[in-house]
Amino acid sequence: MTAETSKTDAPKSRQPKILLLFALAIVVAGSTAVIAGLLVNIFQRKQEAKNPYLRFVDVSNDTTDPAEWGKNWPREYDGYLRTVLPTRTKYGGGSASESMLPPEKAEKNPWLTRMFAGYAFAIDYRDRRGHANMLTDQEGTKRTKERKQPGSCLHCHASVIPLYRQTGAELVPTASPSEQLQKGFEAIGKLDYWEANAKLEKSGHKHPVSCVDCHDPKSMQLRVTRPGFINGIKALKVHEGIADYDPNRDATRQEMRSFVCGQCHVEYYCGPKTTLFYPWIEGLKVEEIESYYDKYKFDDGHRFYDWKHAETGAEVLKAQHPEFEVWSQGTHGKVGVACADCHMPYMREGALKVSDHWVRSPLTNVNRACQQCHHYPEQEILKRVETIQDRHYALLTRTGNALVDMLDAIKAAKAANASEAQLSPILELQRQAQWRLDFVAAENSMGFHAPQELARILGESIDMSRQAQLAATSLKVTLAQATPTGAR
Amino acid sequence: MHFSRKVLVFGAVGFGVLLGLGLFTFIYAEGFSYFTTDPKACANCHIMNSEYDSWVKSSHHIAATCVDCHLPHTLIPKLVAKALNGYHHSKGFTFQDFHEPIMIKPHNARILQQACLGCHGGLVHDIVAGSTTDAHAVNCVHCHSSVGHGPLR
Repeated sequence: MTAETSKTDAPKSRQPKILLLFALAIVVAGSTAVIAGLLVNIFQRKQEAKNPYLRFVDVSNDTTDPAEWGKNWPREYDGYLRTVLPTRTKYGGGSASESMLPPEKAEKNPWLTRMFAGYAFAIDYRDRRGHANMLTDQEGTKRTKERKQPGSCLHCHASVIPLYRQTGAELVPTASPSEQLQKGFEAIGKLDYWEANAKLEKSGHKHPVSCVDCHDPKSMQLRVTRPGFINGIKALKVHEGIADYDPNRDATRQEMRSFVCGQCHVEYYCGPKTTLFYPWIEGLKVEEIESYYDKYKFDDGHRFYDWKHAETGAEVLKAQHPEFEVWSQGTHGKVGVACADCHMPYMREGALKVSDHWVRSPLTNVNRACQQCHHYPEQEILKRVETIQDRHYALLTRTGNALVDMLDAIKAAKAANASEAQLSPILELQRQAQWRLDFVAAENSMGFHAPQELARILGESIDMSRQAQLAATSLKVTLAQATPTGAR
Repeated sequence: MHFSRKVLVFGAVGFGVLLGLGLFTFIYAEGFSYFTTDPKACANCHIMNSEYDSWVKSSHHIAATCVDCHLPHTLIPKLVAKALNGYHHSKGFTFQDFHEPIMIKPHNARILQQACLGCHGGLVHDIVAGSTTDAHAVNCVHCHSSVGHGPLR
């Protein structure tokens, strides 16, 4: 009886038990799956932290192709590739698309064309584009296509060091590597631009500035390679009382984060009358550089000048893009904030802290570039920068207009048959005024790198332009009065 | 209600696997370190590496650890803060859906300010009369930003 009841009862009482067990199994299976998933996730995060990179290919001092380095360091390479993307700030950049060039600077600032009269910058002078475009842009500009330029332009627009080494080794096979580098640098610089460009292509190193220019291929540490910078900083340190300075040996890591940029973003003389040099022998300030240029004599004994102004005949100076010099006079430079801190700020990819190799204006990357140190809202930061830049641009335009007035006055004095001796002190003022204005206008930060210093320089320029204008105008009046009455 | 021996064994094995896997995951993830106050535990996740590095370089590294500044000093609020932060951190790190660079949340900023006052309150009570934890109030770290985390670079 009992056996029978249990037999008939059994299916009824077991059914819910089986269901319960089934549900339980599903819950256990679900939990196990979640925990296993979590385990794999944790494993993945731990792996991220382990291998910073894998060396898939060997790179050496002769590996100029950034794509090769990119196989080992894809994150940095990705950033580098992005430098072709157009960026725009209120005062900088402005390409409408990747394939289009930024506008001519003279469209917004017509005084530039007057200032550069007789010089290649009067025919083509566009706003900036990114690193990866530097070589094609140089080949495309009217300045190289329609005017003769020296091979030393490649010093900064190409990954040219292996070519320097090769050429040096052929010329002086027994000399030391650094002497060979210097010889190759001098020899390539002397060539015509297109001849040097063809030589570069033949050597297989025709790339814009690339990884090898700033990184040691063994250790990945920052290093400087440009002979112009190495010579220039050595001379500057001698001026500061330090003999035999070698940045690759003596500079701190933080200094190197600016020096690598200072290899090219500087004032220099590019040729052709002598080998490219950085004029830092007396210091980095605008008048220290000017003073050196004024003392410098070319091989033919003539005082240093870049070109003869087409409207006035003054022997004037061309400023390049003295970002390094101006930054060193500003607040950020003085407290040791490096170029890379703002233009290549750190970012995180996986477990890695990576310097953003998409080098660009910090204004397009405020969060990483500024807010690491300045803890207030992005809008407030942008406003502060805009205030500085608006003020700067207004003063810059005023200085440009003063320069144009001066040029008009000098032209008028010349038309009134002023003699060379009478004009000489006026043309000297033009040289000084123009050097200061160009130094500021060519500098790529619209005043931000050192607002007060740049305003000081512009103030001097206005003063000099107006002095020259005054002198030229009174000279013209004197000449008119001296003319015999019969001629009137 | 009773199960057959087979089912019990099966269930026990199932639970055992779950428990073992769970325990392994917990240990592998260095779960026990979170019961300590060792700052290294806060950098278990590599995301805190630069915070840890900069704390090592700061003046406060001899006086205060992470939890001294970033957790309340009384038991219940401390446990609540630990639970909230633990939840946010593990969720963020697992799903990688957090803001970068990482920024302190208002709740944690208030805890931080209170922690400054916990040690220095006696010294500064004349300066910070009234509330110091309002959104627009003067916070110690507004000016003294490098005492807890030194140079980042």
